Amino acid sequence: MELLDPKFLESVILSILAASTPLLIAATGELVTERSGVLNLGVEGMMIVGAACGFGGAWLTGSILVGAIFGIVAGVLMSLIFALMTLGLAVNQVATGLALTILGLGISGLIGAGFIGERIALAPHLYIPGLTDIPFAGRILFGEDAFVYLSLALLIGVWWFLYRTRAGLVLRAAGDNHVSAHALGYPVLRIRLYAVMFGGACAGLAGAYLPLAYTPFFIPAMTAGRGWIALALVVFASWRPGRLIIGAYLFGAVTILQLHVQALGLGIPSQFMSSLPYLATIIVLVLISRARTGGSTAPAALGTVFVPDR
Amino acid sequence: MRKKLLAAAAAVLLAGSLSASAADKLKVGFIYLGPVGDFGWTYQHEVARQALAKEFGDTIETTYLENVSEGPDAERSIEQLVRAGNKLIFTTSFGYMDPTLKVAKKYPNVHFEHATGFKHDKNMGIYNGRFYEGRYIQGVIAGKMSKAGVLGYIGSFPIPEVIMGINATILGAQSVNPNIKVKIIWANTWFDPGKEADAAKALLDQGADVIMQHTDSPAAMQIASERGKLAFGQDSDMIKFGPKSQLTSIIDNWAPYYISRVKAELAGKWETDNDWDGLKAKMVVMAPYTNMPDDVKKLAMDTEAAIVAGKLYPFKCPIVDQDGKTVDCKGGDHLDDGQVLGMNFYVKGIDDKMPGK
Repeated sequence: MELLDPKFLESVILSILAASTPLLIAATGELVTERSGVLNLGVEGMMIVGAACGFGGAWLTGSILVGAIFGIVAGVLMSLIFALMTLGLAVNQVATGLALTILGLGISGLIGAGFIGERIALAPHLYIPGLTDIPFAGRILFGEDAFVYLSLALLIGVWWFLYRTRAGLVLRAAGDNHVSAHALGYPVLRIRLYAVMFGGACAGLAGAYLPLAYTPFFIPAMTAGRGWIALALVVFASWRPGRLIIGAYLFGAVTILQLHVQALGLGIPSQFMSSLPYLATIIVLVLISRARTGGSTAPAALGTVFVPDR
Repeated sequence: MRKKLLAAAAAVLLAGSLSASAADKLKVGFIYLGPVGDFGWTYQHEVARQALAKEFGDTIETTYLENVSEGPDAERSIEQLVRAGNKLIFTTSFGYMDPTLKVAKKYPNVHFEHATGFKHDKNMGIYNGRFYEGRYIQGVIAGKMSKAGVLGYIGSFPIPEVIMGINATILGAQSVNPNIKVKIIWANTWFDPGKEADAAKALLDQGADVIMQHTDSPAAMQIASERGKLAFGQDSDMIKFGPKSQLTSIIDNWAPYYISRVKAELAGKWETDNDWDGLKAKMVVMAPYTNMPDDVKKLAMDTEAAIVAGKLYPFKCPIVDQDGKTVDCKGGDHLDDGQVLGMNFYVKGIDDKMPGK
């Protein structure tokens, strides 16, 4: 096995793409949610419920699409609980998010209990004869499963929505200064509701990706903290979609590469290698933050509760 | 007044009889590391617990706490079981060693059984399975079945329990292919299906063609199956996830041990013990040998029989470590239990450096 062998590099890149996709999808949804001013810490809970329902749907009907839809719906339902608490009842967002994570882990265990030990067929990969067969780039560009392409389309869509449409501008306004946005007549709570639902849908889809396209079975707590990583990636990205994709793939890349370095037998302590993805993310964050003129770039109203005064 | 006294007496009698019948039932508690559905380590303990409930029916009452992380949470959970009235508590992971010891010292009347550790006390016994016997057999099979001569090993944490498994595997493989190589990845978790899948992919990408694991989910088996390579299951029979890939699996069979301990407890004869059984006592059971030619199957079965008969020791001396030094042989012609339990070196033939050394 030659390190620079194209087949080997292709395999590594494919693994990186697969590992980064759930992070990218969940972080994209959370980015929209946070841009509207709502801090949703319940991403991990929504992801795992999405995983349980997604697997259940696919196993019951034999269709990956149905599974993905189940996952999305599950994420949206969880996010509606969150929306009811934080937007309807003006409860503290941080506490609600954390509670929802714990709730999600529990509910998913309950839902998933009946599916443990079962397996499904993994999501099919795209195959265009001719294009997919191109050595090296073929499988990377034209041989992925639908989730990978969807994650990229989603990110581009969100970028376009936030920066090129009126609605996106209003959403950003709601996140930066909800009082002014409300004074101008925009329905802040409704905007935030839609943003939260979108975030929940993405979290559910990201969670569903794990049993549908990554490892074809459901096991309780299989998200293993990916929701938290997605949250961190949104901060890493300074709430900008362009940086989000860099962050997601960077994290995915270091996660996969640390395993390869271990397999090469260089003797670097494995505990250090395991912490490398997180260290790399922090280091890159510090480096890009130094270019800032100071001050946080978070949406100014992030995490603050908004109660419209009539 | 009299009516009130009578009512009170009746209530006390009733309560007394209720608690008496509750006291008749022996309460047995279990602390699980992962979710019951992990289809691996914890799942096998749960299977044994259910066998226990079936065997003793109404005379015992079992409870379990799952997903208890090793650390301060463990101590709290064990104490919770004690306070709930459990008199015999099984803590099923290495990392529960110190918390169990602490709680054992606090409650000398409660009996504890700790799995895969090495600290014990008057009221804390330890038990373990000689999984390394199964690993040796797996090594023999892998040595024969690997075309590339490179094995892939997904380890969890670099503790003696895992190291002895790696060494036993390699010694077994070397007995049929002296030039066998192994690539080791430490997942630093007992259980993370995504990470295990990534590790399996990395090992296969780097040229390994037989995958073994010391982590608990079927992810690696599934990846091997997807890529048409071979793998060994861990803790339970994972053939469902790799019908054409699974060669065999080491199955933890705790039921007979648990039943015998509960029997002893019920008879009042429980004593602290250090139980380390393997293939012979059927604490370690091999899943049916599949996906291999008949001659390899025969070799595997013969190796198993030899270990059971005491004719073959996986760690028979001389054992040479990575640096070329011959390890002191304290058990006669094989390493003694203490040396195996404290194993912190790789045998010769493993190129990777021990993490943390």
